[in-house]
Amino acid sequence: MLKVENLDVWFGDPPDRVHAVQGATFSVAAGESYGLVGESGSGKSTILRAITGLASGWSGRIEVGGEVVSGGHRSRNFHRSVQMVFQDPYASLHPRHSVDRVLSETLRLQGMDGIDGRITRLLEAVGLGQGFRFRYPHQLSGGQRQRVAIARALAAEPRLLLLDEPTSALDVSVQAEILNLLSDLRRERGLTYVMVSHDLAVVAHMCDRLAVMRSGQIVEEMEAASLRSGRVGTPYAGELLAASSSYRREAG
Amino acid sequence: MTEMTTRAWLLTDAPQTRRQARLGAIYQGWLTFRANRLAMLGLAILLFLLFVAAFAPWLAPQNPFAQNLAERLKPPSAAHWLGTDALGRDILSRLIHGSRVTLFIVGTVALIAPVIGLFVGTVAGFAGGWVDQVLMRITDIFLAFPKLILALAFVAALGPGIGNAVLALAITSWPPYARLARAETLTIRHADYIAAARLQGAGPLRLLIGHVWPLCISSLIVRVALDMAGIILSAAGLGFLGLGAQPPMPEWGAMISDGRTYILDFWWVAAMPGMAIFIVSLAFNLLGDGLRDVLDPKGAKE
Amino acid sequence: MTAPLLSIRDLRVAFPTRQGVFEAVRGVSFDLGRERLGVVGESGSGKSMTGRAILGLVRPPGKVTAARMELHGESILNLPERRMRALRGARISMIMQDPKFSLNPVMTVGQQIMEAYRLHSGQGGRMARDKAMEMLNAVQIRDPERVFHAYPHEVSGGMGQRIMIAMMLAPDPEILIADEPTSALDVSVRNEVLRIMDRLVAERGMGLIFISHDLNLVAQFCDRVLIMYAGRVVEEIAARDLHQARHPYTRGLLDSLPRLDHPVSRLSVLERQPSWRDEEIATPFPGGL
Repeated sequence: MLKVENLDVWFGDPPDRVHAVQGATFSVAAGESYGLVGESGSGKSTILRAITGLASGWSGRIEVGGEVVSGGHRSRNFHRSVQMVFQDPYASLHPRHSVDRVLSETLRLQGMDGIDGRITRLLEAVGLGQGFRFRYPHQLSGGQRQRVAIARALAAEPRLLLLDEPTSALDVSVQAEILNLLSDLRRERGLTYVMVSHDLAVVAHMCDRLAVMRSGQIVEEMEAASLRSGRVGTPYAGELLAASSSYRREAG
Repeated sequence: MTEMTTRAWLLTDAPQTRRQARLGAIYQGWLTFRANRLAMLGLAILLFLLFVAAFAPWLAPQNPFAQNLAERLKPPSAAHWLGTDALGRDILSRLIHGSRVTLFIVGTVALIAPVIGLFVGTVAGFAGGWVDQVLMRITDIFLAFPKLILALAFVAALGPGIGNAVLALAITSWPPYARLARAETLTIRHADYIAAARLQGAGPLRLLIGHVWPLCISSLIVRVALDMAGIILSAAGLGFLGLGAQPPMPEWGAMISDGRTYILDFWWVAAMPGMAIFIVSLAFNLLGDGLRDVLDPKGAKE
Repeated sequence: MTAPLLSIRDLRVAFPTRQGVFEAVRGVSFDLGRERLGVVGESGSGKSMTGRAILGLVRPPGKVTAARMELHGESILNLPERRMRALRGARISMIMQDPKFSLNPVMTVGQQIMEAYRLHSGQGGRMARDKAMEMLNAVQIRDPERVFHAYPHEVSGGMGQRIMIAMMLAPDPEILIADEPTSALDVSVRNEVLRIMDRLVAERGMGLIFISHDLNLVAQFCDRVLIMYAGRVVEEIAARDLHQARHPYTRGLLDSLPRLDHPVSRLSVLERQPSWRDEEIATPFPGGL
């Protein structure tokens, strides 16, 4: 479904050029859920942006569903097959657009018909009742906004969904609901996920395989099962695992 | 569903229809505005101005153009509430008719300048690169000239008259709005909701008009209201210099100019139109402050 | 038992809104000794508001009321601003989430720490500088000279938070309120910052109120934990006993977290009960928790 080869992403011009991603290579099969884990600045979100055409300077090869993409422009077909859910629910919805406006604009851009019915079904699919249709973002909670963002992503009926830390900005109890929703949707619609997160437990729960990133490079790729059992290949992955499991008070 | 009072219907957190959502948003804005007493005062004054301008011919006690040299330079009295000017014309009537001219000036400039500024600023901010550079340099050129001098140049070229004066003012007032719109656009440009819309295939035009403009318009409206005072004064300035309204048109600035020579002994000839300009400018300022609290809560006082 | 440092009974914080009065904190009571007290809750639970109320940072039209809010037996409830200013920093300090927003971007690090010290000790110049360097060392900054002259944007997040700690502890307060101090930090840096806070608080015999949404983190770091929901404390428990918590909300929170060691196909979802908002909680405090 997704093949990334030797991806380099940079920002700015020399001598201030920042290399956010260097030589990233991985592939994701259709129907699989793949995780990108790392700390801030590791480049994991940047990879998603490069795939969607939101990063201007990149080189390498990106192939989505058999179609090779280049530059910053993406075809209509691409927008139909690949969609993204952003991290901050408070920033991913236009403050002056109601839910109805967001979804109908999306559907219209994708060239869908029967917009009214589709909006109803999309809201149902993400667990929001019809009462939410005409609300503005400031009348929605974080979890509800994220559901709207997921509905927006699903409107195009994509095959690949890129998830950029979809639950980091949410409360714990809401996170569980959203993660369950995402799992259900993937199962029902046979979607492929690439999920970025800094939370190992979340990635282990949601993904089949994952890549560990550090300073723009992929240091290790592994199965979720290996992560759970602590069978890591590189010391950095081991550090991440140890750091995330607990804080141990110094004796005394 | 139980019966809801209209107020509760408007204030609900869960609107059921598009109409309810829109009306609710407007109502909440109105409540915020209403809480600001000074802003309401400003609004009241401006509504009064509108009323006076609309019904000027019926409200003015006398003909603003009727000269009566026997009655010249009379102080305020029962016959002439605000006195008479150098040609014996009733000042009150002239003020009332002059309100139409003032509104004409203010309205025209308010419609033209911000619109030009919005276009230039948002296109520059959104496109970036050389488009941004070119447009901003043009803006800088217009900004470099003192507004009144530039307006003078236009009027001198086009010929004196209130229409040309207004046009000149509009053409020279847009740069600050362009700067403002550009600054807002630069902030918005990188927001996730813009990225999300791009991912749906939205082109730059749709993004500009549907996403960027609604967010810029609030600060522009506030800025326009606050600038109105300055516009009136600039028009008055042009009138004062004889390059705006031509006699016998009762434009307030021209009236001040006429009263200049008599100011020491017959102060009311210049002071009355001066008071009128002061009150209307103040009203616009108060209105602008109130609008800012409604439209841009981040900047509001706590 | 020694007298508590901070004693709070029935704290309430209310805000008037168009739709009526909104109570962010509805009757919170607790004592704080020289210990680490964790306050856990989700957004809207009132945990941050509680911290702000203690420091007198709730501005009108918000109203703070309490049956008792005492520091060492002296009431600090709704004190005039001048007296609160003397308290803040000198006796109670606060660390917030993101050093990017809480450090002044146009002053160097050294200047800010010196200012914090100067304001409350009245000492200037040499003494303040020495104190600032001492604090930078205490928070284990490896190159204190360089950092002293650096600006906030030149240091990393973890270092920024350590600088915040240095700044807030310079005037030697008795109580530190930390509001989500590590939420903006990466995991690897998080543990280091916590270790430093732990050591400093223990060395100086301070009381620490650690506010967070991260239940597991608080359980590992603190001695006692208060769990807040909808403006009230619904459970109070010793940190080591957290996994035997009894209140359904706490249990629900614990169970809904994904865990590396316990794979599940579906995460258990917290079912909020309306009764949690108002039901009576068994408590040692008269008048409820």
